[in-house]
Amino acid sequence: MARNFGFAPIKGRVIDFDRNDKRVFEYVLEREPSFALCIGCGGCAATCSAANFTEFSLRKLNILIRRGENDEVRKIVDRCMLCGKCTLVCPRGVNTRNVVFLTREAFEEFDNYAI
Amino acid sequence: MPFNPFVIPFNIGLYFIILYVVARGVVWFRDLPRTDKLRMQRGFFGRPFILSIKEIFMEGLIHRKIFKVNPVLGYMHMSLAFGWFLLILLGTIEADIFGEKHLNPPYKAIFFRFFNPDHGTAGLAKHYGFLMDLILALILSGLLIAIIKRFWSGIVGMKRTANLKFLDKVALTSLWLIFPSRLLAESFTCGAYGSGSFLTGSLGTALAGFLPAEIMAYPFWWLYSLSLGTFFILLPRTRYMHIPSEMFLIFMRNSGVRIGDQYGSCADVQIHACSSCGICLNVCQLSTSADITNIQAAYFVKGLKREDDVFDIALNCLMCGRCDEACPVGIELGPLRMIHRRAGDPPKDTMSIWSGYLRLRNQNIQDNGESHITAFQYLKPQPVKKGPEVLYFAGCMTHLTPGIPIAMRKIFEAAGIDFDFMDKDGSVCCGRPLTLAGKDREARELIRNNSDAIWRSGAKTLVTSCPICYKIFMESYHLDVEVLHHSQYINRLIEEEKLKLNFLNKSVIYHDPCELGRGSGIYSEPRRVLIHISRLGKSNHEKEDALCCGGSLANLKIDRRKITDIVSDVVEELTLSNPDYLATACPLCKKTFGKADIKAGSEIKDIAEIVAMAIVSEPPEAIELKKRTKLEKVSL
Ligand code: SF4
Ligand code: SF4
Ligand code: SF4
Ligand code: SF4
Repeated sequence: MARNFGFAPIKGRVIDFDRNDKRVFEYVLEREPSFALCIGCGGCAATCSAANFTEFSLRKLNILIRRGENDEVRKIVDRCMLCGKCTLVCPRGVNTRNVVFLTREAFEEFDNYAI
Repeated sequence: MPFNPFVIPFNIGLYFIILYVVARGVVWFRDLPRTDKLRMQRGFFGRPFILSIKEIFMEGLIHRKIFKVNPVLGYMHMSLAFGWFLLILLGTIEADIFGEKHLNPPYKAIFFRFFNPDHGTAGLAKHYGFLMDLILALILSGLLIAIIKRFWSGIVGMKRTANLKFLDKVALTSLWLIFPSRLLAESFTCGAYGSGSFLTGSLGTALAGFLPAEIMAYPFWWLYSLSLGTFFILLPRTRYMHIPSEMFLIFMRNSGVRIGDQYGSCADVQIHACSSCGICLNVCQLSTSADITNIQAAYFVKGLKREDDVFDIALNCLMCGRCDEACPVGIELGPLRMIHRRAGDPPKDTMSIWSGYLRLRNQNIQDNGESHITAFQYLKPQPVKKGPEVLYFAGCMTHLTPGIPIAMRKIFEAAGIDFDFMDKDGSVCCGRPLTLAGKDREARELIRNNSDAIWRSGAKTLVTSCPICYKIFMESYHLDVEVLHHSQYINRLIEEEKLKLNFLNKSVIYHDPCELGRGSGIYSEPRRVLIHISRLGKSNHEKEDALCCGGSLANLKIDRRKITDIVSDVVEELTLSNPDYLATACPLCKKTFGKADIKAGSEIKDIAEIVAMAIVSEPPEAIELKKRTKLEKVSL
């Protein structure tokens, strides 16, 4: 039926805050409290070395972690080179490298000891 | 009197510790890689052996290096170590000369006074007795400092932190009891027989005045023997294991054995060689400026010894190398931390009493089944220009301080160098930050990508502005081009007279970046450049003693506010003399310095920026003239 119209209804993209997986977010926040300070200004993404070569934005990563969209996070978090530029430009003093480092650690931890 | 049962605890302890140390040494040797074994074998029959004997005497007994840093602490270590050594040596000689026969078992020397109570009342023996008393007094004075230090922490050395474990307490108590009980035992015996010199003699006479000296002496001889025996048996479980370990380490080092990048014998020896002297605590800026007082080398090593989880401690460190430089034992603290950064979070298992004696042989990186998918597949080969004379790599950090690449460009152009700016459109990170985070495998991918671009360019020289990049280029890239930091390169341009510079009448203080100075040993070139163009002054922290700006990428864990605390102290210290420029040779130092309040009149500059200001520009008339002659040629 839908095909006949030449377009289809968009699949709903609803994030259910009650059901999404916040383990990574909590893991990171507990160990790096400055993560809570991010205001999503995007300064980090603008200077990022990795973003120069691929699609990667730390601001977006931060948001994905908060939302618990862990599959997305897992796909891109390894792209960071830990170069440290973002940490130096962040106006809020977020220890961004540690956020990336801990996110990777969280995945390792959760993969090894499935909770 | 040929024998008395009270010597038994001492004998058991002594033979146990001798056997244990020999066995431990054999195990350490056995676990070394083959090449290191050969090194040590060769060392045994050559110069390293002689050098080691000398060093063991100077450092293991006299503690010359500790003396230099902290005389009170040095005196304490010296009086205990050297005093005890003399007591044993001279005691053995005493027993040999004055005893009933030659070549006595050790206990005859240690308990000489018991077996010869009336000895030493006249002649040579009396003078000898005086000497023995003097040595005992020396040891007791050192012990007094040690006891005061423990109960009144902060006078010398390490702060008291973690509570001692039960066994440590027993060991410490037995150590403290050894010499006082010897003093009392000898004094009572001397008091009863009217012998002894200024210390044991007079104390003995005084005590004998109101106590039954003869009867009192015996329990103290037992106590003396028991405390010696207990101390020896517990020694492997306590920090006093550093005594034999340090000797082993000195010989190892002189034979050319180094710690390497995996946990092994050499690392194990080094961990045990730490005497907990605490010198590394006072040089660490995390403790002096940022009030982080649980991660310093002494605590890190202590944690390793106890097989605690030290992963977070290993990461919370600037890797500035100040403690490496200060450690009187010469433990390779930086590489030791790197081993544990690479190894990651260890599996947590509990430790038994025995593990102090029989350690797990291997704590190396386990393959945790991590996927081998490369993380940086998105990196394509970088476009390069073929065949420039010099390839310039700015580095990520330098992109945050645009003044530096602009200055470098100006310098290249003024010197007429054919160069290519390799990462003008953004860098692929050099890989050092990943390496420092213990992620060697990922760092390799970046190294491969950059190496490939450098090779393809065909340049003979690679110049970088960032000491962090410089260090990894030198250590892990295996390039066949010459790698220079820009301070070295500029110095060369000046020496070859390719760069004509004015003298800027400015006062400058130079700050050695950690990675360039202690990290790579480059101290003189930047200074030569600065002397050439400015009035270079001296700060209180030059060369090996340079401070860390605090911004180090090596510390993943530090709070940004703490960095500000550190850098404020550093800038204040370095600008005491109100220099016109506070110069450094690292974009990260420059950027970090920018966070501090800088006194009016002082400015932070990279060495390249100062040089660029000093470039002799041709006067405008000359340029005009050139243009005109060119035009005239064309029109002709
Ligand atoms: S620069 Fe800092 S505050 Fe801004 S988005 Fe990035 S992490 Fe958040
Ligand atoms: S550390 Fe990672 S996220 Fe930050 S600038 Fe470098 S590559 Fe980008
Ligand atoms: S690491 Fe070195 S300086 Fe620090 S306590 Fe041990 S021996 Fe002393
Ligand atoms: S390397 Fe520097 S920051 Fe780390 S413990 Fe040693 S002195 Fe402190």
